[in-house]
Amino acid sequence: MRRLTGFNIVSLTLGFAFLYIPMVILVVYSFNASKLVTVWAGFSTKWYGELLQNEAFLDAAWVTVRVAFFSSTIATVLGTMAAYVLVRRGRFLGRTLFSGMIYAPLVMPEVITGLSLLLLFIAIGLDRGVLTIVLAHTTFAMCYVSVVVSSRLMTFDRSLEEAALDLGASPFEAFRLVTLPIIAPAVISGWLLAFTLSLDDLVIASFTAGPSATTLPIKIFSSVRLGVSPEINALSTIIIAIVTVGVVSASLISKSQISRREREVRMAET
Amino acid sequence: MRRFLVAIPYAWLLVLFLVPFAIVFKISVSDYAISIPPYTPTLDLAAGWEGVKSFFSELDFENYIFLTEDDLYWKAYLSSLQIALLSTFFSLLVGFPIAYAMSRAPDHWRPTLMMLVILPFWTSFLIRVYAWMGILSNEGILNQFLMWLGVIDQPLILLNTKFAVYIGIVYTYLPFMILPVYATLERLDESLLEAAEDLGCSRMEAFWLVTVPLAKPGVIAGCFLVFIPVLGEFVIPSLLGGSGTLMIGKVLWEEFFNNRDWPVASAVAVILLLILVIPIVLFQRNQQLNQERNG
Repeated sequence: MRRLTGFNIVSLTLGFAFLYIPMVILVVYSFNASKLVTVWAGFSTKWYGELLQNEAFLDAAWVTVRVAFFSSTIATVLGTMAAYVLVRRGRFLGRTLFSGMIYAPLVMPEVITGLSLLLLFIAIGLDRGVLTIVLAHTTFAMCYVSVVVSSRLMTFDRSLEEAALDLGASPFEAFRLVTLPIIAPAVISGWLLAFTLSLDDLVIASFTAGPSATTLPIKIFSSVRLGVSPEINALSTIIIAIVTVGVVSASLISKSQISRREREVRMAET
Repeated sequence: MRRFLVAIPYAWLLVLFLVPFAIVFKISVSDYAISIPPYTPTLDLAAGWEGVKSFFSELDFENYIFLTEDDLYWKAYLSSLQIALLSTFFSLLVGFPIAYAMSRAPDHWRPTLMMLVILPFWTSFLIRVYAWMGILSNEGILNQFLMWLGVIDQPLILLNTKFAVYIGIVYTYLPFMILPVYATLERLDESLLEAAEDLGCSRMEAFWLVTVPLAKPGVIAGCFLVFIPVLGEFVIPSLLGGSGTLMIGKVLWEEFFNNRDWPVASAVAVILLLILVIPIVLFQRNQQLNQERNG
């Protein structure tokens, strides 16, 4: 049993205070009645009301969710394929280039990715809009998905797949009936990661979005450049609330699954 | 069927990752022109071989020479390097004690502590940077608090300074430092520490002689995970840094969107990429070594 010393308690407290106090302040001030963000003038929810009236924000939010949904779904399919190829298939022509292209976008500065994709879209004469943002987001998100999925593929017992093949399953059936159910948690977390990355992206979207499509981060960025605004605080609070509910419930679900598995193991042993 | 499986993601990445870089490089050796698109020459395939020949004869490295002549650019590269190095150091300074304390925490606390570190990572990056604008401004919470304490009697200028940029970077990139360091510290065999103490080390000595060397792979990974993305950072310097903070990501953005000088913006991108190749290769080697050590 490990115990915390005084020093460790202090560093945990200060560390988490540093991580969370800015967000708490943001949430508190979103309920401020005053237009001046720094002066407290009583509790009010009027900024939430104004936010819901703001058509530009609602349109941008809808574009963002659509882009995130399509790009993360395509990225999950492509990323899982790439992971399967990299882990399960030995050598093939251009393997080094392929794995390089999978890892490079993870460390590429967003300004470079954004610039290069924009120049491509202009060179081939593709009009910028929802489609170009989806293409851009899919490209970097599939690399994240493939990293998540391949780490799961590497750790699971290959003989299960071989057994399925020996028993007469086609490679596709073996994948669908054996591999996919085992890697499913990794595929789902890859999809969630891709979805969040797409929702969050400002830089690449700014380069690849045209006048016809504005995403929420682009909208937020252009409005906070002018300074702090209570409407953005309200919007931030909504986003923080959604993320918190999502992350907390995901961790509760995985915790209960682990304890159920432990219980089953104990039952099996007795 | 198998060939198909390789071909689709391969083709996708070739077209949307590799070809775009070739285009960036091509435009970086082109000239600026007032036209649409704003550079010259463009490849005229209709003119046949003559067109291709004249296309290549018009390419030159003028933009790169321009980057060395105008001191804005090399100052921006140097200042980005400095900011990235210092903020990596500060993140380690703040992140290590947190990761260490997490690894010493009782077992049943650790999933919760992990979740608390990961949660900010899932929240919007932009919003977390924005939160500091309200805190650091002249009438912001921090100045109000310090004035209420009586430490200062007029507001300090915090926003739009390098100080604000460092705060913003350490704040947003802290999870990237904590998680790899925690991962190595968590695996650390405690009997080694007991052995060191039995052999006469003080707890402090045991920490420096056993814990720190064993944490090195995680520390190195964390440092690269902060350093590499910060070098090309755009959002933090443009929201918290004001006009006084030069960073190359911001220069590239302004060159492209405000000056509309695509060839120079492309040259800036190519040089940034060349600078990044060194840390990226070192990082890959470190990761491979770690994998071999653990596997």
